[in-house]
Amino acid sequence: MKRIALALLMCCSIASADERRSGLLDMRPEAQAMQHDDSMNPGMLWVLDGEALWSSKPKPSAQSCADCHGDAASSMRGVAARYPALDVSSGAAIDLAGRIMQCREAQQAGPPLARESHDLLALSSFVAHQSRNLPIMPPDDAGMRATRTLGRAIYMTRLGQLDLSCAQCHDDQSGRRLAGSIIPQGHPTGYPIYRLEWQAAGSLQRRLRGCMVGVRAEPFAYGSAEFIAIEAYLMERARGMVLETPAIRP
Amino acid sequence: MARVLLRVPVSVEKGAVIEMRALIQHVMETGYRPNAEGVLQPRDIIWTFTCRYDGEAVFQAIFSPAIAANPFIAFTTIATQSGPISFTWEGDNGFAQTETRHISVT
Repeated sequence: MKRIALALLMCCSIASADERRSGLLDMRPEAQAMQHDDSMNPGMLWVLDGEALWSSKPKPSAQSCADCHGDAASSMRGVAARYPALDVSSGAAIDLAGRIMQCREAQQAGPPLARESHDLLALSSFVAHQSRNLPIMPPDDAGMRATRTLGRAIYMTRLGQLDLSCAQCHDDQSGRRLAGSIIPQGHPTGYPIYRLEWQAAGSLQRRLRGCMVGVRAEPFAYGSAEFIAIEAYLMERARGMVLETPAIRP
Repeated sequence: MARVLLRVPVSVEKGAVIEMRALIQHVMETGYRPNAEGVLQPRDIIWTFTCRYDGEAVFQAIFSPAIAANPFIAFTTIATQSGPISFTWEGDNGFAQTETRHISVT
């Protein structure tokens, strides 16, 4: 009897401590194994391409990422866990991919990187990979508060012809099924992800776009203030959860 | 050159069953999908994969357009002697790539 009571107590304390779960745990064991083993994880192809880009010059006269930032293992450690962050020059929030694009144009004067292009995803994957196994730590920046509030407002707003908000699925119905698939809680723990459905790596914004098309809403543009706001809110919502980049998702 | 992720044991006992894993970066375009302009994209797939252990083919696979992008293959063989293990992929548009690893058998 005592043992049952103790077991119950332990269950309750674990449940009340943190009920958040990464989408990793909602996948079938084969897909989880694929993510855990770097020799099977196709997301590593993007990480390795990003590593090559990190130390190559976008044009002969330009500097490489490594010329300024040095060894990414130390200089980029924990960076992805803090983004989106406040961009001091513009006063607006900027996401990690946006920061890399900005660096490419302003500091390297190289050809611009397009959103969702292979090179940008590769560099984002490589930078985010340096934060693997670190907890998500959005900065307590007063300038980010308005962005997070906007993100939360969009997350709660019903959208599209199906008239559904993000929260109605990912907060209210998570763990249940939409057709055959488990509805995850929607924590951005492993971006850019290798999504089996895409057969390629993609950003959080591409994933958000997929959901918006799914509820038959007109998706926001890549890099728009709205997408960055949702991203900032989701990262705050996932504060303390561990980054898995490059994650596999179904 | 396409990027490849390989897992091959470096040193094993003679007679042991060894597992090898090979993943290659490839679009595996089926030839049935239209692009954004509505034009069919030409087929671009890998046709064959061959693993040779010390020159002798120990595993071969024939791919089809239904195989997903970045194909991953895992298979086993028996460690017989030290030597090179080569992995060859061949496909459309003259695609051909070979990677070689050395295994030492004790």
